[in-house]
Amino acid sequence: MPSAATATPAPDRSSGVLARLQRINWGRKTVIGVPFAFLVLFFSLPFLVVLKISVSEADGVQFKDLVDFADGTLTLRLKLANYQFLATDPLYLKTYVSSVIYAAANALICLFIGYPFAYFMTRARPTLRPILVMLVSLPFWTSYLLRIYAWKGLLDDNGVVNNFLLWAHIIDAPLKMMYTSFSMMIGMVYTYLPFMILPLYGTLVKADPRLLEAAGDLGTTPWKAFWLITVPLSKAGIIAGTMLVFIPSVGEYVIPELLGGPQTLMIARVLWNEYFQNVDWPMASAVAVIMVVLILLPLVLLNRYQNIDGRAEAAAARPGRAAA
Amino acid sequence: MIGRLGKGWLWAGYAFLYIPIITLVVFSFNDSSMLSVWGGVSLRWYYALVADEQIQSAVWTSLKIAFFSASTAIILGTLAAFAISRYRRFAGRTTFLAHINAPLVVPEVITGLSLLLFFVACENFFGGVSLRGMLAIWIGHTSICTAYATVVIQARLTEVDRSVEEAAMDLGCRPFQVFYLIIVPSITQSLASAWLLTFTISLDDVVSTQFLMMPGTTTLPVLIFARARLGLDPMINAVATITVILVGTGVAVASLLLVRQERLRAEAQAAAYREAVLAARAG
Repeated sequence: MPSAATATPAPDRSSGVLARLQRINWGRKTVIGVPFAFLVLFFSLPFLVVLKISVSEADGVQFKDLVDFADGTLTLRLKLANYQFLATDPLYLKTYVSSVIYAAANALICLFIGYPFAYFMTRARPTLRPILVMLVSLPFWTSYLLRIYAWKGLLDDNGVVNNFLLWAHIIDAPLKMMYTSFSMMIGMVYTYLPFMILPLYGTLVKADPRLLEAAGDLGTTPWKAFWLITVPLSKAGIIAGTMLVFIPSVGEYVIPELLGGPQTLMIARVLWNEYFQNVDWPMASAVAVIMVVLILLPLVLLNRYQNIDGRAEAAAARPGRAAA
Repeated sequence: MIGRLGKGWLWAGYAFLYIPIITLVVFSFNDSSMLSVWGGVSLRWYYALVADEQIQSAVWTSLKIAFFSASTAIILGTLAAFAISRYRRFAGRTTFLAHINAPLVVPEVITGLSLLLFFVACENFFGGVSLRGMLAIWIGHTSICTAYATVVIQARLTEVDRSVEEAAMDLGCRPFQVFYLIIVPSITQSLASAWLLTFTISLDDVVSTQFLMMPGTTTLPVLIFARARLGLDPMINAVATITVILVGTGVAVASLLLVRQERLRAEAQAAAYREAVLAARAG
């Protein structure tokens, strides 16, 4: 049946080629152009505004123009004082460093908890696995604000955890957990753990169990086989999970604000306060620009690393090399 | 097969993920206004919720914004996903990809701040028309949601068999017809999940909303955030319990529908295959 349909020539195909080409082009332009235009207008352009304001002189709520044409001379006015201040004031520097450290610690803790978790998920019965995956992703669907708020009730001075420990006679006086770096880290790990587990599970579940069997047959201990086979095979998952946790953690605002103490320094809080409390728009903009640089840097490095890695793997996979 | 360590690790992990949610639900039925002290079962916080007009108007605002943001985002996301998966080469493809993915990477404080300053600049330029409020929040949420919608839809689009599209083209379908008659039906499920995902993202957003809102457009997360900053409020627990119930029902219904749809599709496929085999034999 279908062969008969393809055999009949399409009606007036030759005369319609030009029209059809034009139509394809037009449709193609819309498909690419509409989302592109939206994001350029409402994502990149606003960032250029931030970049401009970060080097502008404030004049009330207005900003002086960067380029000035007066008396026949064109003058470009860049005020780099904000950046100078950011670079020299120890508080900002400390905040940037501590944001990166908290984010890195979060990624490491998530990896430490998440890797064995994902690994054991793949060891479960195949019929059970979809349910286990669903249970990891289910909390995503409830408000993350509410889930962070829940830790306030758990870690409070007379919260659930303290009451339980007192009741069980493990401690005599309530522990001070809330509004510290500890409570903030718990909130961070809690929020980002699924982002680590899911990509790890995705790569681990694809690993061929026969490789481990072969290693065992050849006399490798399970522990050594795990380090030599399973871990290298899940490298992509480790990188993806670490990035998915690290990058949003650097700019996290809600968790440090709700669970962290006044001494927990996070850069997004500084930006927020510069804008909402000090109403210093140029300063808030400068903080934003540095934040973007801070986040783009690991991404660029990762991209380069993956490109090199990908080329190396492609070269290794070439049949000629295998024979040589 | 897992061993004792594995079972223990999994149980501990799931306990870590679920205990906070369970305590939220349990303490919403607490009669005491001290959150940590149990004062017997009561529904007083639910009554308080019904009486609280501030929360109700915030819920309504949030739902409206989430509906429009999710709907716009899946339209833009479908176009973007189509461009990425079907047009392998075009000028500016790298820039295009960067634009689609950037909202996933850039912290929300920056998205919020930059969009706000952009709108303020527009307001100055056009002379005092206020753009902040609903419109600004909608646009802000849409750009974040589009990124997520694109990821979900693109994942499905790359799975769709290209040969069916090519066959339709060969049979004289116009590109738009191919899109409408073949691609859309085969990605419906991912469109639905992208819509739901972006709806919840918008419904949950507090940071960029805080930058873009005006006093009249307080959303539910902004309200919850303001109250949670002040301390523990059992009404928030009541809100949480209602969300958990809604999400739980939603997930249950969705997975039932999914199972049913999969079965129907498998049956239809088997029938089509049988028919094709019979036709081949006859021909």
